[in-house]
Amino acid sequence: MNIGVVVFPGSNCDHDCAYVFNDVLGQSVQMIWHKDTQLSGLDAIVLPGGFSYGDYLRTGAIARFSPVMRALKAFADKGGLVIGICNGFQILLEAGLLPGVMLRNTSLNFICKDVYVKVENAATRFTHRCESGQVLKIPIAHADGNYYTDPVTLGGIKANAQVIFRYCTAEGNVTPAANPNGSLDNIAGIMNADGNVLGMMPHPERSAESVLSNEDGRLIFLSMLSAFGKSEIRARPVGA
Amino acid sequence: MKAIIHVTLKQGILDPQGKAIEHALDSLGFSNAANVRVGKYLEVELNETDRARADAQVKRMCEQLLANTVVEDYRYELT
Repeated sequence: MNIGVVVFPGSNCDHDCAYVFNDVLGQSVQMIWHKDTQLSGLDAIVLPGGFSYGDYLRTGAIARFSPVMRALKAFADKGGLVIGICNGFQILLEAGLLPGVMLRNTSLNFICKDVYVKVENAATRFTHRCESGQVLKIPIAHADGNYYTDPVTLGGIKANAQVIFRYCTAEGNVTPAANPNGSLDNIAGIMNADGNVLGMMPHPERSAESVLSNEDGRLIFLSMLSAFGKSEIRARPVGA
Repeated sequence: MKAIIHVTLKQGILDPQGKAIEHALDSLGFSNAANVRVGKYLEVELNETDRARADAQVKRMCEQLLANTVVEDYRYELT
């Protein structure tokens, strides 16, 4: 599988994502500078986490106008797989590839910790290696992860099973106490109507190999691989 | 021509920063301060003398970039 990882000025999880796809899962990865306008030969594109353009104005607001975004939209419109993680999710929202916005966390704090998310829809190209309702432990690291959208849009994405992950307790109960940032309806990740663009605040690339004592995030990348009929190839032994 | 632009959260959208400032004001003894809302103030110099054209440009700037109209309102004046 050929994966492109977009690098914006201020991205800081780009190499983590490339590492997981290449070193951990044995796939081909190319880094894509945000000024590139040609995206060819790619099966999937990652918009990584970080602080593109220093989060100036609003998170993702300036990155969405980077030259690469026009090509990325064309890629997505043709059905290409796109996953936006954290700041990548924020950019997808600002770009209108996913509905809604991110507000400041209700606590006002930057929150960096493991959280639990419930897989609300396991019949997607990003989650089909999970069980429906499975609880994944994946870390978050953000100050603006408080998802908001208008009631009509919320009703639409819920009815259409586009809410993919919701913050929950370790036992899988979706409760206000398990909501770290004030997100509407405990939403941690959503997908577009066509099912090829996913945005999620938790960082699966930080929980994708056993040496990190948590491999739950790997299920998302494995789902993407098997959507293309690929299986993971150990490029080298873990820890080597 | 210069545009003076204010971007504010829409009514009904929770403003955690405003709330924190409100609590801080309260702790300073300003107990009658309520409903603090934080917004953004921008100044944009425009190389444009035609008021109607400037107005149209600033409106487009606000719609495309300066405000996220899902949760924010904007208003501006040209001087």
